Amino acid sequence: MCGIAGLFLKNKALEPQLGSLTAGMLSVLTGRGPDSAGVAIYGAGTPGAVKLTLRAPAHYDFPALAAGLGVTYSLHDDHAVFVIPQAREVEIRTALAAHPEIAIVASGSRIELFKGVGLPDDVSKRFGLEKMSGTHAIGHTRMATESAITTQGAHPFSTGPDQCLVHNGSLSNHNDVRRKLIRENITFETQNDTEVAAGYLSWKLHTGAKLDEALTSALNDLDGFYTFVVGTESGFGVLRDPVACKPAVMAETDDYVAFGSEYRALVDLPGIANAHLFEPEPAKVYFWEHAA
Amino acid sequence: MSTAVKLAEPGAIIFDLASAELRDLNGTLQGLDLTTNQTSWAVLNPRGEHAIAVGITTPVNVTIDGHVGYYCGGMNDGANIIIKGNAGPGVGENMMSGSIHVLGDASQAAGATAHGGLLIIDGNATARCGISMKGIDIVVKGNVGHMSAFMAQSGNLVVLGDAGEALGDSLYEARLFVRGKVASLGADCEEKPFTDEDKTILADLLKKAGSDAAVADFKRYGSARTLYHFHVDNAGAY
Repeated sequence: MCGIAGLFLKNKALEPQLGSLTAGMLSVLTGRGPDSAGVAIYGAGTPGAVKLTLRAPAHYDFPALAAGLGVTYSLHDDHAVFVIPQAREVEIRTALAAHPEIAIVASGSRIELFKGVGLPDDVSKRFGLEKMSGTHAIGHTRMATESAITTQGAHPFSTGPDQCLVHNGSLSNHNDVRRKLIRENITFETQNDTEVAAGYLSWKLHTGAKLDEALTSALNDLDGFYTFVVGTESGFGVLRDPVACKPAVMAETDDYVAFGSEYRALVDLPGIANAHLFEPEPAKVYFWEHAA
Repeated sequence: MSTAVKLAEPGAIIFDLASAELRDLNGTLQGLDLTTNQTSWAVLNPRGEHAIAVGITTPVNVTIDGHVGYYCGGMNDGANIIIKGNAGPGVGENMMSGSIHVLGDASQAAGATAHGGLLIIDGNATARCGISMKGIDIVVKGNVGHMSAFMAQSGNLVVLGDAGEALGDSLYEARLFVRGKVASLGADCEEKPFTDEDKTILADLLKKAGSDAAVADFKRYGSARTLYHFHVDNAGAY
């Protein structure tokens, strides 16, 4: 099982509704994944600044930490987004390393990433997803199979700047690929198969591949069942395994491109009645991107 | 009055899933007996819900105004169901008799395991169309995806467009008719001579599906029957 919702906006007028539309899609997908949920949302960025999404145990005193570091922040339950000057990134990461209770779950110029255990509606509410705006978002509702139900095991996974991945399915060669990637200095925090796929794509992108090239090589190197939706700073991509084991429906209008594990997840999007609906073909890389 | 209501058959009983429960719809349709006068039903606002109009055992007409989710019309035994939209995975799964007509596209495993009846898909069907079919007739006016008619046992699959990879893999029996290109044949599926009996069957199905495609433009595929009994030379095909 597991449910995926993705929304890539072409029409800027819809950007203030990105969070609420995504929350609605995730809510419908509760039946496919009631264990945990998460979302990566690409909002406004500030030139010269980096966003770090941090996660800590409940009731952690993020305001004090931010004040100590002298950075601005926004608080989202047990997550906080610190906006820091690019020039101070190394210094602040070093300072955060002294706080083992804090995990850096995503970093980049625009990505913010929130995930937690619980029903999708509850998770969305805790993080205030309804009120978030941005250009594109990728969300996931999880029914755990390959690893435990934990916040760390929830999707999306981010292993590179402004990159994230969600996955429906299960990979069968993830241990082997993880060992190879560790030798390439990719680090992993969990035993989760999806984190390996995210690490794989980050490694490919780091070595100069474009996202579509990285996804194409994933077809050869990753074995198992998967529908992947991948986010980058400027767009999102979709890839299904050659057997097309896991469901996927896409809708495209002049205003957006939307992805849902089922059509049900898309029914409340504006203008869906006139959208071009299609199933992404197996083993074919799809990618939508905003001009830089 | 919405467009949807106008589209329903005159006199149809309207079941609007925007306000009514799907469980009540299915309970009502499944509770009809053969003497019912309520033979025409319209379902509005299906919103991609799963298992709409499943398990009907009376020859009533059901029109669904929009896209449906998984298993629409599953286990149908006698009803004539029209879906004015796309169908999700497993449309008409295990149908016994009656008909289902999808005016849009169908997702994976359309008509899976079905024993009888007629499934017409005006658009494309994706992977595994007619998987393990056991007597159903399926007419797809567009293309079908990979592994269609996988382990099919009986019935007829007619494809007016192209067929994806591994058509008819591990076929027991069933007739497969394809007008367009076949990406590849699956294990133990081969092109067969087009007999007069085949032509009669195909012409009848095309007529029922409202298609004017020419019988002569199709090729006929079926089982080579080499996997029926184990032979060590075929070990790789199992």
